[in-house]
Amino acid sequence: MELKEKIRKFIEANLVVFEDEAEFTDSDNIFEMGFVNSLFAMKLVSFIEQEFGIEVDNEDLEISNFNSVDRIVGYIENKKAA
Amino acid sequence: MTNIPSYDAKQQEIVEAAKEFAAKEVRPYAGQFEENEAIPRELIDKMAQKGYLGACLPEEYGGLGLDPVYYGLFTEEFGKGCASTRAILTVHTSLVGETLLRWGTEEQKKKWLPKMCSGEKIGCFGLTEPDVGTDAKSVRTTYRKQGDKYIINGTKKWITLSDIADFFLIVTNGEKGVSAFLVEREMAGVKTTPIKGLLAGRAAHIAFIELENVEVPPENLLTKEGSGFTYIVNTALDYGRYSIAWGGLGLAQEALEAMVSYSRKRKQFGKKLYNFQLVQGIIGDAVTKVHCGRALCLRAGELRKKLDANAVMESTIAKYYTSKIAMEITTDAVQIHGGNGCYNKFPVERLFREAKILEIIEGTSQVQQEIIANYGLRQYYRPDYQV
Repeated sequence: MELKEKIRKFIEANLVVFEDEAEFTDSDNIFEMGFVNSLFAMKLVSFIEQEFGIEVDNEDLEISNFNSVDRIVGYIENKKAA
Repeated sequence: MTNIPSYDAKQQEIVEAAKEFAAKEVRPYAGQFEENEAIPRELIDKMAQKGYLGACLPEEYGGLGLDPVYYGLFTEEFGKGCASTRAILTVHTSLVGETLLRWGTEEQKKKWLPKMCSGEKIGCFGLTEPDVGTDAKSVRTTYRKQGDKYIINGTKKWITLSDIADFFLIVTNGEKGVSAFLVEREMAGVKTTPIKGLLAGRAAHIAFIELENVEVPPENLLTKEGSGFTYIVNTALDYGRYSIAWGGLGLAQEALEAMVSYSRKRKQFGKKLYNFQLVQGIIGDAVTKVHCGRALCLRAGELRKKLDANAVMESTIAKYYTSKIAMEITTDAVQIHGGNGCYNKFPVERLFREAKILEIIEGTSQVQQEIIANYGLRQYYRPDYQV
């Protein structure tokens, strides 16, 4: 599965809005939209670390690194390249 | 204990020793600690000597290196013995120690964790305030940057261990949002005042913390400004919930053993109580609930060990469930004890009060229900279901 797709799937599996028409683009801020809650932020860290073998550093703990599909993908790609 | 999926002889030995320690040094004195409104310093020192204050922290820092499953079983033993003593582990070891281990810088870990393991420094977690409980994002304690320092002002309330703690993980609000700082007792402007008249946890050194223009150096900021809620509070409460899950199980187990033992010794109408089917109904339910709670705790522990993303949810479910059954089973244990259950010469009277606390701390049951419902509404939805 492509990286972007994996991230999207993970987010979708954790949405806290339950209307079928709830949709988000790759650049939408899923926190500001209220689509996920702050517990998700933690879960996402575990997911990224487990799934991609990356260590999320305390220096990286900016919500802006993780608030959209694009941002998350960018973060993972950067970490992998480093 | 062959029912542990990932048996480890060394860790098992530590838990067995802790069980003996709790049975000898803690349980017999739980009532007395409460009466004196203090866990004695000597007990905390003894726990430190055995490495218990760093039970789940790595050996390189002086901890015992228990994995989440064994740390859970360890916590249960203290939970059975005395809730206030277990609270030391929940707050000092789990909320503060594990959070520092997870998100502290190398310097912070090296500075604090060895001292926490040795008992030289006792830590506590300052989140709640006179006007802010469940709505933790809205804390009113403030930070502001002044030069290269931070200035903290505000009042924290209900902070377990804070009256004897050497440092406080303080959650504040400021320019960049919620931020967490390590505040040290010797810093000017820090004052704690014990809170009396509590339903339970009377020995847990629960206090107010007043912070007046406290100057904190930048190296005491945990992670980054603005990450205090999303990462620090959530992480700390996740560790806390896992600890409380096992603490609740310990209370439930202790109450079950009390009701079973009492029913086999106490006679009414010329028969031991256990002969009455209504009493058997209560015992049957209590056994079932305890087994179920244990299964949830072990599952959460296994997931935590694997660093699985679902561990947070399973820990929440375990905490919600065991705190609830602790309340139910301690209530039933009081019922079976009759008048004796309402008397502080019988431990069930204390267990009953202690159980109530667990339904409130580390997120109320109602908050857990909401979180679990959100999970269920996503997880168990069938789009093809015909309506």
